[in-house]
Amino acid sequence: MQFFMNKQDKIAAIVKKVSKKPTAPDPDESLFDSGYLDSFALTDMVTELEQEFGLTIPDADLSPRRFESIARIEHYLNQKAG
Amino acid sequence: MPSILSFSHYVPERVLTNNDLARSLDIDPDWILQASGIEARRIAGEAENIVDLAVQAAQPCLSRHKPGLLLAASGSSTRRFPGPAAEIAHRLGLGPIPAIDLPHASTGSLIAMSLAAKLTEAHGPVLVVAAEKMSAPAQTDKSTAILFGDGAGACLIAPESASDSRGLEIVDFALHSDGAHTEALHLDLTGPLRMSGMAVIRHATRRLPEAIMEVLARNNTRAQGVAAYIMHQANQNLIDRVARAIDAPAERFYSNVRRYGNTSSASMLIAASEWHEQMHLTRGDTVCFAAFGAGFHWGALLARVRT
Repeated sequence: MQFFMNKQDKIAAIVKKVSKKPTAPDPDESLFDSGYLDSFALTDMVTELEQEFGLTIPDADLSPRRFESIARIEHYLNQKAG
Repeated sequence: MPSILSFSHYVPERVLTNNDLARSLDIDPDWILQASGIEARRIAGEAENIVDLAVQAAQPCLSRHKPGLLLAASGSSTRRFPGPAAEIAHRLGLGPIPAIDLPHASTGSLIAMSLAAKLTEAHGPVLVVAAEKMSAPAQTDKSTAILFGDGAGACLIAPESASDSRGLEIVDFALHSDGAHTEALHLDLTGPLRMSGMAVIRHATRRLPEAIMEVLARNNTRAQGVAAYIMHQANQNLIDRVARAIDAPAERFYSNVRRYGNTSSASMLIAASEWHEQMHLTRGDTVCFAAFGAGFHWGALLARVRT
């Protein structure tokens, strides 16, 4: 059986991995307010996103607001993909 | 090999706690501790300047050896020129020895120690001093006001001929710079300290482990075999992150950032001085110093208890 992960699923999997939490947050849930991310986990997540989606995220884009939720991250990645 | 013969430090008397800052900045004091590991920082008096801090810190290092060179690191000097080095040497009564400024921030101590290791054969004992009054430029922005404090540290580095059995031999060091990130952390001549925290964290968490492993690998030393790590004291979370990255026991990383905050170039020497007073090492034990800071500049220095 083939398991297909959409972009949000992949982002959620990365958030789970870097936060070491057992469950993924809801797509619009604040990753910082919910304790999934802090400044250090954010940089880990950015590295994982770069590797998973084959892109480079410049320092100038490292604003917590841009990575506030899974939905916002997906929006950012879609913009980067053009 | 050149040796570090002594360390000393000075921190101002006034303590500024997270509760004090929370009131003035309207933020949660618990958040400051959680985000940085900092609980308090020392604040120099209005009349206390960088030279004052440096002189207080350096004097104990002069008890047995007269230096032939002074290297002074400071990122918060208030003049374009001259920097504080010449005045520090004058106030310490060192005579017309060369006194050189290193206007580096967080990596100032590390760079000065590394240069001293190379210059001491030519100049005799080298006094390295790092002094910062970071509280003033940092205070205008909440994100930096919580991090920075004031203080000074010093060490004396001597050539092999003058070294004694209590010294730490300087075995090796690695220094690096990358000017692509000058805007991420800077303090202009006028204006507040500017820091892109995420960019600094991103690069520090990569570069510090790289530099440490570089010197360790060159000297056939395992990270788990190093007896103590003395890092620039920027943020406890960063120190913990580096320990995990190189798979070294966290308890070997000396830390006083909780009590003093980030004192920029002075922090590594203040930490080294406190650690040295308490250290229980045996001959052959290794110590690794490491720092990352504005520039970006970063590096590591490996030392060993003399055998």
